[in-house]
Amino acid sequence: MALDSKIPSGSISDKWTDYKDHINLVNPANKRNLDVIVVGTGLAGGSAAATLAELGYNVKAFCFQDSPRRAHSIAAQGGINAAKNYKGDGDSVFRLFYDTVKGGDYRAREANVHRLAEVSTNIIDQCVAQGVPLAREYGGLLDNRSFGGALVSRTFYAQGQTGQQLLLGAYSAMNRQIGRGKIKMHNRHEMLDIVIVNGKARGIIARNLITGEIERHSAHAVVIASGGYGNVFFLSTNAMGSNATAAWKIHKKGAYFANPCYTQIHPTCIPVSGDHQSKLTLMSESLRNDGRIWVPAKIEDAKAIREGKKKAKDLTEAERDYYLERRYPAFGNLVPRDVASRAAKERCDAGFGVNKTGEAVYLDFAAAIQRYGKEQTYVKGLDSNDNALVTKLGTEVVKSKYGNLFQMYYKIVDEDPYTSPMMIYPAVHYTMGGTWVDYNLMTTIPGCFSIGESNFSDHGANRLGASALMQGLADGYFVLPYTIGDYLSPDIKMGPISTDSPEFEAAEKGVKDQIVKFMNNNGTHSVDYFHRKLGKIMWDKVGMARNAQGLNEAITEIAALREEFYKDVKVPGTDKGFNQELEKATRVADFLELGELFAKDALHRNESCGGHFREEYQTEDGEAKRDDENFAYVAAWEYKGKPSDAVLHKEDLVFDAVKLVQRNYK
Amino acid sequence: MKLTLKIWRQKNAQDKGAMVDYQIDGIEPDMSFLEMLDVFNEDLMSKGGEPVAFDHDCREGICGMCSLYINGEAHGPDRGVTTCQLHMRMFKDGDTITIEPFRAAAFPVVKDLVVDRSSFDRIQHAGGFISVNTSGNTIDANTIPINKEDADKAFDAAACIGCGACVATCKNSSAMLFVAAKVSQYALLPQGKIEAVDRVLNMVHQMDAEGFGNCTNTGACEVECPKGISLENIARMNREYMSASLKG
Repeated sequence: MALDSKIPSGSISDKWTDYKDHINLVNPANKRNLDVIVVGTGLAGGSAAATLAELGYNVKAFCFQDSPRRAHSIAAQGGINAAKNYKGDGDSVFRLFYDTVKGGDYRAREANVHRLAEVSTNIIDQCVAQGVPLAREYGGLLDNRSFGGALVSRTFYAQGQTGQQLLLGAYSAMNRQIGRGKIKMHNRHEMLDIVIVNGKARGIIARNLITGEIERHSAHAVVIASGGYGNVFFLSTNAMGSNATAAWKIHKKGAYFANPCYTQIHPTCIPVSGDHQSKLTLMSESLRNDGRIWVPAKIEDAKAIREGKKKAKDLTEAERDYYLERRYPAFGNLVPRDVASRAAKERCDAGFGVNKTGEAVYLDFAAAIQRYGKEQTYVKGLDSNDNALVTKLGTEVVKSKYGNLFQMYYKIVDEDPYTSPMMIYPAVHYTMGGTWVDYNLMTTIPGCFSIGESNFSDHGANRLGASALMQGLADGYFVLPYTIGDYLSPDIKMGPISTDSPEFEAAEKGVKDQIVKFMNNNGTHSVDYFHRKLGKIMWDKVGMARNAQGLNEAITEIAALREEFYKDVKVPGTDKGFNQELEKATRVADFLELGELFAKDALHRNESCGGHFREEYQTEDGEAKRDDENFAYVAAWEYKGKPSDAVLHKEDLVFDAVKLVQRNYK
Repeated sequence: MKLTLKIWRQKNAQDKGAMVDYQIDGIEPDMSFLEMLDVFNEDLMSKGGEPVAFDHDCREGICGMCSLYINGEAHGPDRGVTTCQLHMRMFKDGDTITIEPFRAAAFPVVKDLVVDRSSFDRIQHAGGFISVNTSGNTIDANTIPINKEDADKAFDAAACIGCGACVATCKNSSAMLFVAAKVSQYALLPQGKIEAVDRVLNMVHQMDAEGFGNCTNTGACEVECPKGISLENIARMNREYMSASLKG
């Protein structure tokens, strides 16, 4: 099947408006006759469910957590971008669009990104109207801060808990509709397959995680909002339950999977401390506004620090290498995430790492504390030469900006970041790849939509900070509600979809067979044993830097591990009730397939771009070397039975509004 | 570290349940409490046992999914943290640790240490929102300036993660701190004012209908709250409720 992105014609700034003017609408009385299933209730799914219900559709929403409020969007810390230009520092819709396309290393779809920048301003208005307590200045107006990859201050925030507050806003909008009976909420339910009738998505098979019952649910359209697949690495900043199952199951039924190898490695996470580690914790990127990143300039000092013979504060400024400020003077510590991550790895690989494992760099607030402290002494008319006072006042300012993050760091590492610099290292954070969607956010399965992190469209090969929240809410509140109506308009006379069809029967049987297989397997190793092994292969060979040899090895190793998993996994207990090991087994089964496709995609892309860094393709000074001539396309994979047999389809990326140039943050 | 764990085991909501003793060795102080349970479960499974079910997800203290009543305290002995942020360095080699589910009539046990907190959701369905349509036509966000102090206080209330520690620790199993946090957030913002009367009446009514107990101003909820939600919110809710009752 040829890919049709359905990008509207016309100039970039008019496409979305023209599109909305010409789509088919469904009259409110008919919306009552249409059912929509939404899988996942984070920023994208929650906002979509609330908006569709408010428009009048009957929504059936599903999440695997015990409440929609727990979706992992809640953990996003730093902020959400919007082209409000409240600061008057030169921001505009075009500039946000441009930064996002450039930040994604020119591998995103122009038309989608422009639409995202256009609706970004509405998102802030919407959230504030819902009672989301975004940060304010003393004059009562909204405050902003700046984020990596941008030269303007366009990021709105609620302390370090922006994701939480925005998610609770969407959750409250859902609650209003649940209370009205317009959303039927299915907590602790996991979608295990999609049902396709006459070529269209018409329902899902879900497992009630409490009773173990396998349920059939029908609808006129299905929306997947299940988030990303970073947990394929086992260790990541994702929540433990975050999984790829919904997205992977639709892939197996015909939805193409795009750019699986585009993974964002976040530069500021708490380093791994031991083999028992279950997840990695992110320290918000906003810390880079005030924190300076460095390693010792001399390798002997790095060694002494690792051995505990020296401490960070024993080194003078001259003995430190502020490598981001040195290499990228224009952006300094605020270079985009992929650039900051690679630079940290480069220094650690060269032997300058500062923790026991040699995989950590410093994020230091000492200079910021002094700077803020001095400012406060001027403001308050106190003695600016009183060091203790300056430190005290500066610490207070830093505390008010980042207090909760510092506390989190302290609890995990047992070291006070106010007096000794934080140690950080890059970790898997967000996946830019996902199900391929057209401009309507519809996958290659008619009637099956994919929104938020689960689709591929807006971030290219690298995501700028504070743009994930923007995309989730844009898709859910302001894009899907239009595009899904256009799709549903011919279905108004259809009536409810029966779940008694052979298609539902077959899908249910497939799900039950897989579960029975796991329960009767009687192997010797737990699910986590296999998940950790997969994660190690992924991180070592498909992680921050990749090469052809390693990728080929990974493909073979993952296929072998998958075989071993089916032979040897042990799932205790029964399938008749609450069984967390069984939940994990069905998820890891999908990761074991996705991981292989991931490596295959990385192998075929003979270039470096954004979060995809192939060691063979780099400039002389170690920067990523893109190949626009041969790779300016979306790689969309079609499932053919095994990941190794997947067929590549290409959507050529056409850039009309921005010119492709080498990214330069120097 | 070598530890004795006393863990509540209960097959399902109908089962009676009982405390069971286990021994565990090789625990590192750097592990989080939940990582200790992961290690424990791996060990249990390798011996043919069924792992202990417990709720968890983000493991960074923000989703509110983890629970656990540890040595008689919600989220264990540390302050200002959830169970996933509790680290084993808070315990000593040879310690005995008692682990129970959050117990409250409105939080029925699902299995082992997992409880059903959907009563919290139903309270939110009754009024935990502002009735604004998601049309994309709302007024510019800076049209209504909000005093920074009010915005910050609203944020402090909104920081509630809905974990239920306040209920678990309260001798009356009261949900007042949880409900008050939401009521306060909206009471402090101009956007929430218009529906304030209905909101507080409906939410309090639903809270009672779910079987939560009353507040007797003991203050244990504030002490155990991992997000530092203050009792001030309960006072504010009481004021809102009183004035709403007079108007209603």
